[in-house]
Amino acid sequence: MKRIKSMNLLGPIVALLLACIFFSTQSDRFLSGQNFSLILQQVMVVGVMAIGQTLVILTAGIDLSCGMVMALGTIVMTKFAVELGVPPVLAIMCGMFVSTAFGMLNGFLVTRIKLPPFIVTLGTYNIAFAITQIYSNSQTVTGLPAALTFFGNTFNIGGTVITYGTVLMVVMYVLIWIFLTETAPGRQIYAVGNNPEAARLTGIPTNRVLLMVYTFAGFLYSIAGLLLVSRTGVGDPNAGQTDNLDTITAVVLGGTSLFGGRGLIFGTLLGALIVGVFRNGLTLTGVPSVYQILITGVLVILAVAADQLTRKKG
Amino acid sequence: MNLKRALTLTLLCSVSSAFAASQPIIGLITKTETNPFFVKMKEGAQKEAKARGAKLLTAAGKADGDNAGQVTALENMVAAGAKTILITPSDAKAILPAIEKARKQGVMVIALDSPTDPQDGVDALFATDNYKAGQLIGQYAKAAFGNKAVKIATLDLFPGHPVGIARHDGFLDGFGITDKADKRIVCMQDSYGDQAKGQTAMENCLQKDPEINLVYTINEPAAAGAYQALKAIGREKDVMIVSIDGGCTGVKNVQAGIIAATAQQYPLKMASLGVQAGVNYAKTGKKVSGYTDTGVTLITDKKMKGVTSKDTKFGLANCWGTK
Repeated sequence: MKRIKSMNLLGPIVALLLACIFFSTQSDRFLSGQNFSLILQQVMVVGVMAIGQTLVILTAGIDLSCGMVMALGTIVMTKFAVELGVPPVLAIMCGMFVSTAFGMLNGFLVTRIKLPPFIVTLGTYNIAFAITQIYSNSQTVTGLPAALTFFGNTFNIGGTVITYGTVLMVVMYVLIWIFLTETAPGRQIYAVGNNPEAARLTGIPTNRVLLMVYTFAGFLYSIAGLLLVSRTGVGDPNAGQTDNLDTITAVVLGGTSLFGGRGLIFGTLLGALIVGVFRNGLTLTGVPSVYQILITGVLVILAVAADQLTRKKG
Repeated sequence: MNLKRALTLTLLCSVSSAFAASQPIIGLITKTETNPFFVKMKEGAQKEAKARGAKLLTAAGKADGDNAGQVTALENMVAAGAKTILITPSDAKAILPAIEKARKQGVMVIALDSPTDPQDGVDALFATDNYKAGQLIGQYAKAAFGNKAVKIATLDLFPGHPVGIARHDGFLDGFGITDKADKRIVCMQDSYGDQAKGQTAMENCLQKDPEINLVYTINEPAAAGAYQALKAIGREKDVMIVSIDGGCTGVKNVQAGIIAATAQQYPLKMASLGVQAGVNYAKTGKKVSGYTDTGVTLITDKKMKGVTSKDTKFGLANCWGTK
């Protein structure tokens, strides 16, 4: 079991290394601490959102609403702080509450009303988007208090400037990894994704596990929202519109199976980094950005094909 | 909403509008419901329609480039009895057959903000001259740099978009660059007019060449993103950012010194001119035709010799968006 799991990370690690080697031969600016710090900053928002997406996909579900739930959270945070004069920390908590509530709504509809996750989150994607637009009147919120952009602050290690936000992302990946591998609720997520019926018969409260996963995913999207605000310095009602596909891309590239029950959280981080490395590297070599999209598409197909082949063997 | 219900509703709308025929009905179809530019355009049209006693119907595509959504909206508005339709075409070519059908039924169609291809596919066009907008900021940057060495990054819209191309080419022309492969352009990236994507693009451009000292941006959100990237490496003071749009947030950024100069355009004017033309057509049966340039003004607080501009006070008085 352990051996097969680490094998799964082999694909994304090899892809990432090959990309890095290729770009370091193409541009002398690629291989530097500063450039890697930059790539981390660029994948940070999608990276944190993709943690939630990974948990959902591990249960054999999917969450199309993530980017919109994030955007709604950011608009609540920024508008509360700027226009209602709510103290920043409280405003952030309000935004987090709204996103988490949306995650809970997803979980409720999936477990209690027994609707397919794809349809549920397609619905909430639209609902969250509309509420965001209506509440903000489609206008960007500016003039944020400093506390809202706290995670944009930086520190310096050996000449490399690192933002707090990227550190938070890495810390979160480590915490979720411990949660998934070392705790009972974490292992229950795998069990439910592998075979919900068998999980139920062994006494795992499958509905409670699913509700927890979707709710927690909503909470994670709000953290991603806070990181987005700290990165851009504004509340943008049009943020996150394609993030559902970007997070799914990261999850798939990381070797997690869309059929549920198989996958590793660090794979997702690698998946997000692969996309970021190609975007950054191709810019440095002067290639138009549309080729990055082309390469991402090819890699996604390869990753899913690899998953299919290993499933057949296993 | 299923098709049957939609059809019945459309029919009901057209029946009920037949009873209220005294009021001219004007349709406005924007590219999206969510871009602040179009939100303000809609508000301008609503205000004008109210003042002139016209009824305004509004609709939009789902996203920039959603032609099918615009076609549906056009058909529904004709069915609802609109005699004038104002449209910001998402796809300059693909929308033409639907427009032609509406015009054959006696509907006057006016393009706002961006042209159809060919331009005479509509009765008239009320829009900014995007090439000129680009030229203005190009000339401004040239006047500022003079003979100083320049390294340019361009944060464009996305491949093949006519507005993006016109602004980009206008900027190069205004700066005096004739060859697209000129060595002075060190980085060209798509920003999709989005702040976060603009920031990522600028960060990568600066990695490619940290000596970039002039940034052209397709719009002010992209400019704000570029500024964030420059600030992160402490270069925000010695790099010039020029932009296009003249939204209130953008003008405030010009005031704050984040953007050196921006070319302001006037979406509210496009909308109100369109509504006026529609009301006149309903009353007199006379259509408008040809291209009306709704104007573009260079806004900056650092005037340059030989380049006509207005200050941010003027910019703020005439900006669109949340003041």
